[in-house]
Amino acid sequence: MYSMILSGALQGVSAYLVSVEVDIANGLPAFLVVGSLSTEVRESRERVTVALKNVGLHLPPKRITVNLSPADRRKDGTAFDLPIAVGILEAMGMIPKGSAEGTLFLGELGLDGELKKARGVLPIVQSAALCGVRQCIVPKANAKEAAVVPGVVVREAGNILDILHYMMAGEKERQDILKVISVDMDSLFGEAAHGFAGSQSRYDFSEVTGQESARRAAEIAAAGFHNLLMAGPPGAGKSMIAKRIPGILPPLTLEESLEVTAVVSVAGLMEEGEALVTERPFRSPHHTISQAALIGGSAVPRPGVISLAHRGVLFLDELPEFQRAALDALRQPLEDRNVNISRMNGNVTYPSDFMLVCAMNPCPCGYYPDTNRCHCLITQIGKYMGKISGPILDRIDLCVELQPVNYASLQTGKKGESSADIRRRVERARQIQNERFAGTDCRFNGDIEAAAIERYCGLGVEEQHCMERLYNSLQLSARAYHRILRVARTIADLEGRERIETGHLMEAAFYRPSLEYWGS
Amino acid sequence: MNQDEWKEREKIYACWLCNFPNIGNAQLHGLSESLGGPEGVYRAGREQWGRILTPKQVETLSEYTEKWPPETKYREMREEGIQLVTILDKEYPERLRTIPDAPYCLFARGRLPAEDIPAVAVIGARECSEYGRYVARELGTALGRHGVVVVSGMAKGIDGISQEAALEGGGISLGVLGSGVDICYPAQNRDLYRRLTEGGAVLSTYPLGTPARPQNFPPRNRIVSGLADVVVVIEARVRSGTLITVDMALEQGREVYVVPGRLTDRLSDGCNRLIKQGAEVCLSPESFYEEILQLRENKKENKIMPRSRKRRAEEPPHTEKNEMPEDKAAEKLPEDLLEVYRAIDFYPKTAEEIGQALPERYRGQMIPCLMRLCMEELILQVSPGHFCRRGETHRR
Repeated sequence: MYSMILSGALQGVSAYLVSVEVDIANGLPAFLVVGSLSTEVRESRERVTVALKNVGLHLPPKRITVNLSPADRRKDGTAFDLPIAVGILEAMGMIPKGSAEGTLFLGELGLDGELKKARGVLPIVQSAALCGVRQCIVPKANAKEAAVVPGVVVREAGNILDILHYMMAGEKERQDILKVISVDMDSLFGEAAHGFAGSQSRYDFSEVTGQESARRAAEIAAAGFHNLLMAGPPGAGKSMIAKRIPGILPPLTLEESLEVTAVVSVAGLMEEGEALVTERPFRSPHHTISQAALIGGSAVPRPGVISLAHRGVLFLDELPEFQRAALDALRQPLEDRNVNISRMNGNVTYPSDFMLVCAMNPCPCGYYPDTNRCHCLITQIGKYMGKISGPILDRIDLCVELQPVNYASLQTGKKGESSADIRRRVERARQIQNERFAGTDCRFNGDIEAAAIERYCGLGVEEQHCMERLYNSLQLSARAYHRILRVARTIADLEGRERIETGHLMEAAFYRPSLEYWGS
Repeated sequence: MNQDEWKEREKIYACWLCNFPNIGNAQLHGLSESLGGPEGVYRAGREQWGRILTPKQVETLSEYTEKWPPETKYREMREEGIQLVTILDKEYPERLRTIPDAPYCLFARGRLPAEDIPAVAVIGARECSEYGRYVARELGTALGRHGVVVVSGMAKGIDGISQEAALEGGGISLGVLGSGVDICYPAQNRDLYRRLTEGGAVLSTYPLGTPARPQNFPPRNRIVSGLADVVVVIEARVRSGTLITVDMALEQGREVYVVPGRLTDRLSDGCNRLIKQGAEVCLSPESFYEEILQLRENKKENKIMPRSRKRRAEEPPHTEKNEMPEDKAAEKLPEDLLEVYRAIDFYPKTAEEIGQALPERYRGQMIPCLMRLCMEELILQVSPGHFCRRGETHRR
């Protein structure tokens, strides 16, 4: 007997449909699974056999062959357990022929027949919907995630037995056996948009005392999606500010949220029962992170931290301590906003459109340029800075220094502006950018390429004169010049000005990152 | 053989002797004296060397001699523009002759200045503050303009800046290296090295090709002070090479002047301590110049001036020369910029500190004002959040 069940497999953050074909024939008893499989897929043979046995269904002593088609594409993950089990049941004649038609199955089986969380459910259901699949049956833990996709009926199942009962029941009765899950998108986004109900509300900018220039730099960076570098002595509040940056970014739009959720889902990091990721990601890897963990990789490609920070903030604390190779590998993703990973088992692209926020001490001891406390030699400082490669620094638009917090400012307890107030200004600046960049590849001022600078950041005569003098006196490079213009554009947007004025240029120049400060 | 030819011959062998690396200064003196000059040393055999050198040194010296054809090597050195002056020569600096443990020889690239020109050693920290840079530049320029020889170690920071300024002021400068005279250390000062060989000289007691080793620098420092009449210290931490030079200068009987600094500044602690110990104070380049002229007069007349507090009290109470010159360019600034400029010091201040020093009404516009001052090249953004006055104007 032959049967065919629909399922799906991941390719990067997108997916393709896989048909699980099962054949049971006379011959020496065997259970074969073929179709370019990774170890965990091959192991599903054991899980399926035992799970079916434990719910009272014994496999016949026949030759069972399972093929996952297309057979030439590498498949991994544990989500094929359920479709294989259902396929066997149909081939055994336990469930009526054709009752599984047009339904996609995903899920891992426990040995007791329970259905467990699978990886990458959202992208698989999305591509299934595109291919005209009408119904999906997924584990309870993934049901909400799948239900986000419009045009597909999603049913949740807790056990393989439930599915068996559902398939055997008639059209009417079956509705009650497996519940249809739906998600109210409005409430999901309404909640998120108004005041961040989630963990982000724990971090508010009003808790940051003083540090006016750092707050301002964070605001500019958030408004134009510029990369930011913070330097300062230990304990000045660099991480504190970094953690609060997602809170002043505008809330995720549905489209962005789907992208973020897809990556999180592919990485297998979705919370059980979570529908969508509605908070801006904030990822802060430890500085010992390997290149593969940061960028993505391993033999079977998985998204790295930079992809998990997609549409959010990637915070690298103690920047010079990161492995040189890991930092250098950031260059291409920063430029292209996605990362291409080629491995023997596949060639995948993950999105990586993140805002890079870095923190570092200005010198090995942390107190430069306070020569009363800092005894580092200029050569030592140069060496410390040299650990950050120039190309990475080139992609950072803003640089700000934090001062040690003094007792007086801790005492007064004067609260700074709240995240919500700052976010309002950021959103206004974003609105202006949306209008400006409508219909182009650019989305934010931070994306403006050198060739397009002229178009978006044109200067008046007086401003040009000012820029020329700045260029000469600060000994800027062409790159630094472009960065100042991009940042000045954002500052002008924050103030709602059409043209970039000299004051904007001056402020942008104040925040310019430069290796010249340290060691040369 | 006339006098000149004879001297040239002596030099050939002096070049051979002085380029031998494994030998101390006292041994050089000893060998030369007991064997009748460098040529005598060359002609003498291992046995005679052995009276002064250790057996191991004799061994290496004879190995070295085999690989060192004196005439060719000397010609090569001369072609490089390097000359050799030994203590036996007339050209040997008189000031240096009298110091304890005077070096037997000096390699020089450039021209040694005449003996009657006053010479000042300007020394100080390598990692100096912008204040130190400013004083070094003003002092160097003034000394150069007055034709005083500025002696220093060509190092980063105070040394190099004062020498560069002296050359720019039209003066002469001597750079004493801790490496062979053909090696530019630190390498960043390549430009200064070249200009010194044109407008002064680069000197060293070390054989050609000697790399800069840490242990070479203290002996080098004694030559810096030895070549000068007066030593002036601009910035020094309490434990620093600069203070070692000061000790040597005092041993050599040189007058020590000090540029005072703030009590709170660790980079001036060494200077302030020297003042406490009785060093003279340098209040401005002009008054300093007059004082060194006076000092020379006194020396010529062999007058010994008791350095008492009383004498200082008799000095004219206040003259314009006693003031450090103010920045001329700053006077032309519009009011708001001038206000911000005045709030900035030679010591790095944070933008927030500057803001606090400003009247309320200027605070909002502070960052544009700061950048404008940077643009005018009056101040410097030393780090993303720190500003200080510019001690050294950029030339390019």
